[in-house]
Amino acid sequence: MTTNKLQVSVNVNGEQQDFLCEPRQTLHEVLRDVLGMTGTKEGCADGNCGACTVKLDGRIVDSCLVLGPEVQGSEVETIEGVASSDGLHPIQQAFLEEAALQCGICTPGFIVAAKALLENEPDVDEARIRHWLAGNLCRCTGYDKIIRAVLSASDKIKEA
Amino acid sequence: MATTDFRVIGTRPIRHDGTDKVTGRAKYGGDTAAADLLYAKILRSPHAHARIVSIDTSKAAAHPGVKGVITGMDLPELGPGTIEVGETPSVNAMQMSTNVMARTKVLYKGHAVAAVVATSVHIAEEALAAIEVQYEVLPHVMDVRESMKDEAPLLLDGQTTTSLGKDTGKKSNIATHTVFEIGDTSKGFAEADLVVENEFTTSPTHQGYIEPQSAMVFWNSDDEITIWTSNQGPFGVRTNTALLLNVPLSSIKVIPLEIGGGFGGKIPVYLEPVAALLSKMSGHPVKMTLTRTEVLEATGPTPGSYMKAKIGVKNDGTIVAGEAYLAFAAGAFPGSAVGAGAMCMFTPYDVENLHIDAYDVLVNKPKVSAYRAPGAPQAAYAVESVIDEICGKLGMDRIEFRMKNAAKQGTRQVTGVPLGSVGNVEMLEAVKNSDHYNAPLGGPNRGRGVASGFWFNAGMQSSATLQVNPDGTVAQVTGSVDIGGTRVATAMQAAEVLGLEAHDVKPVVADTNSIGYTAVTGGSRTAFATGWATYQAANDIVKQMKERAAKLWETDASDVEFDEGTFTRASNSEQEFTFKGLAARLMETGGPVVGKATVTPPGVGAGFGHHIVDVEVDPETGKVDVVRYTAFQDVGKAIHPSYVEGQIQGGAVQGIGWALNEEYYYNDSGVMANSSFLDYRMPTSLDLPMIDTVLIEVPNPGHPYGARGVGEVPLVPGLAALGNAVTNAIGTRMNQLPMKPGKILSALGEIDN
Repeated sequence: MTTNKLQVSVNVNGEQQDFLCEPRQTLHEVLRDVLGMTGTKEGCADGNCGACTVKLDGRIVDSCLVLGPEVQGSEVETIEGVASSDGLHPIQQAFLEEAALQCGICTPGFIVAAKALLENEPDVDEARIRHWLAGNLCRCTGYDKIIRAVLSASDKIKEA
Repeated sequence: MATTDFRVIGTRPIRHDGTDKVTGRAKYGGDTAAADLLYAKILRSPHAHARIVSIDTSKAAAHPGVKGVITGMDLPELGPGTIEVGETPSVNAMQMSTNVMARTKVLYKGHAVAAVVATSVHIAEEALAAIEVQYEVLPHVMDVRESMKDEAPLLLDGQTTTSLGKDTGKKSNIATHTVFEIGDTSKGFAEADLVVENEFTTSPTHQGYIEPQSAMVFWNSDDEITIWTSNQGPFGVRTNTALLLNVPLSSIKVIPLEIGGGFGGKIPVYLEPVAALLSKMSGHPVKMTLTRTEVLEATGPTPGSYMKAKIGVKNDGTIVAGEAYLAFAAGAFPGSAVGAGAMCMFTPYDVENLHIDAYDVLVNKPKVSAYRAPGAPQAAYAVESVIDEICGKLGMDRIEFRMKNAAKQGTRQVTGVPLGSVGNVEMLEAVKNSDHYNAPLGGPNRGRGVASGFWFNAGMQSSATLQVNPDGTVAQVTGSVDIGGTRVATAMQAAEVLGLEAHDVKPVVADTNSIGYTAVTGGSRTAFATGWATYQAANDIVKQMKERAAKLWETDASDVEFDEGTFTRASNSEQEFTFKGLAARLMETGGPVVGKATVTPPGVGAGFGHHIVDVEVDPETGKVDVVRYTAFQDVGKAIHPSYVEGQIQGGAVQGIGWALNEEYYYNDSGVMANSSFLDYRMPTSLDLPMIDTVLIEVPNPGHPYGARGVGEVPLVPGLAALGNAVTNAIGTRMNQLPMKPGKILSALGEIDN
């Protein structure tokens, strides 16, 4: 079977990207296999673990549930766009200081999701964070230190 | 020793690999690529048990974009029985090969039967659909007790029962029957004032690592094979892949990638031999990544079990005898760690008379693998539940009971081996005095449960090299894949010796050609044993650098002392070098300094844990909420307390999942009906409270800093603690896991189940 590739233009982390993809390729596959941005991880590829969380036009989505051609004209933010040339984002720094990762495979998804939360709601408590992050599975930490890291980052962002 | 002041040990430096892991730069199993890369997929059995009548791969091979197809018959035929492979324990090579890909029979739904390599994953998937397999479906057996019956369908031709170390010659799905015994239980039970016996079942659960297995393999034209993989043990991958492909071990180089969780489940090889053959066939590098469904259906979960436990006590609470019967479902091939469960289950207690029968049984499910203290959580669930019942009947405080019977140094285990220095009693004291144990439950429909757990911990072999840089830092090379902070934990142990900061030691995890043999990251051994290797390699550096200082001072090395990072001349204390100062002068005193060590540390410190959990049961829905959780553990000495706490928190939560939700749910055809993360439901952040940890530090005299393994113990007590808590809340003994809402409602008499 031959497949006709579609041309797609999308803004990824502030840069315009043009790529060809098959209609059946997901955004997750495009990011990793076409654009080489492997920071967005794969845990299940069926929308149940959150490891591939990215921000799409302001909303967080599982990139494995979005088809590549669907993002034509959109803005996508991935984990690669979270740190700036000034250094790590406060959430990334808090994950390091609170030891909020063990194996680290779920970490990019958690950081993208937590950043979206704190951008929308600077004042968060434990219950709100637990609710917001319920779509991101972590098997190593029991979530305790992740929740603490997001609380700590929230404080630091508010202080800044 | 726990009160010893360390400079680095016991502090919480940021891990060296942290920045790469929070920015997405770290390369995990699926993150590698190569020029001309091809992708492979596996065709799997739709049946739980069937004979393969024929496989026709011709249409798949002709599919555009397909570069090769293999079946199980393309894997080399290996001799029967177990063989010694040098670096790892003896293995049954043919069974390992047949699990990687079936030859004549499929033994579980998801068993691999063929594989395709193509120019894209999607094309490979299309080609799988074009492979024609004819099966003769056979009766299957899923339940461990059914499988033990004489009339059960037999999985493996030639499988006979080995009982008490002797082959009985009897064809059966019971692979082994092992007995562990000390004292005389009939005499012990005769002295008992109270005897309680109960039976228990647990379902298979999965380690649930978030990263699926993934590997890339290139079989070069010179027959040199490179494997990029995120396995827990690169050397094990080398050994086992060489064995299964019948190639020299030295022809394989394994490059370890970052690993997205393992918990024991990423020790076997599943993909590597298959990708290697497809690479040889196609001449290209080949990458394979399992889907989540494949991970659940075809990698090794933990065994489901049927267990009985019987304990006799005096009226004052003294345990006089214990008996247990453990039947573990190993899956399609033997090897369920039932023996380890048997050896751990009574160890928190000093009991003179013990008898345990342990059965390793085949069923038509994937072959089990290790999962964090393999075998021990199930077995502890049985014993700790019966003890809970006994305490209820005696009206005795559950911690007082455990302190009265507590195992301590010198207590004989069921193996006959006395315990070394352990912190069981100190831990129970901490539990008894804790806020949680003494706090009121604080609401209706609530219950509290406690339970203890034990795990041996492992030592095994590790290697390390340390290179002194001219700026006074040190590059560290080990062979231990870093699953949860072991780069920093091992670098800290070298830094402590050298008077450096943790970040002055730069850890690298090397490939199998670049470091000496190092056993798997598992068995709670890495911070202990690889840390020992870095400690010893650091001491090797100190020795060599003393010689360099002596050369500069024109004296003997014995005239040079080293303390807190400074070399001082004993005979003239005005002469000194800082580590950094001397590091800058190595080239003029003989060249680079490289410290090295290979260790097989004997002083493994066994570990005890104790968990307290409060639950609230919704009587209308049967849902159980965990409202408070505290995990106590004797960790010897916490090298990096944050990652020790993290191990305990993560293990506790895996126990919560196992106890409340997680199970392999099979339909009547022997097909797993919940093979996705939607239906195989692991705890989310919303399901949990904070997990409080209490680190008890009774130093392990067998480690330079007193460390014990910590990673596995935290999964052991949780099943029983949850079971006891729910029992306490609803007034009915819960003896089946998971305690899902239907089971709770059934226990409450609300529904028939």
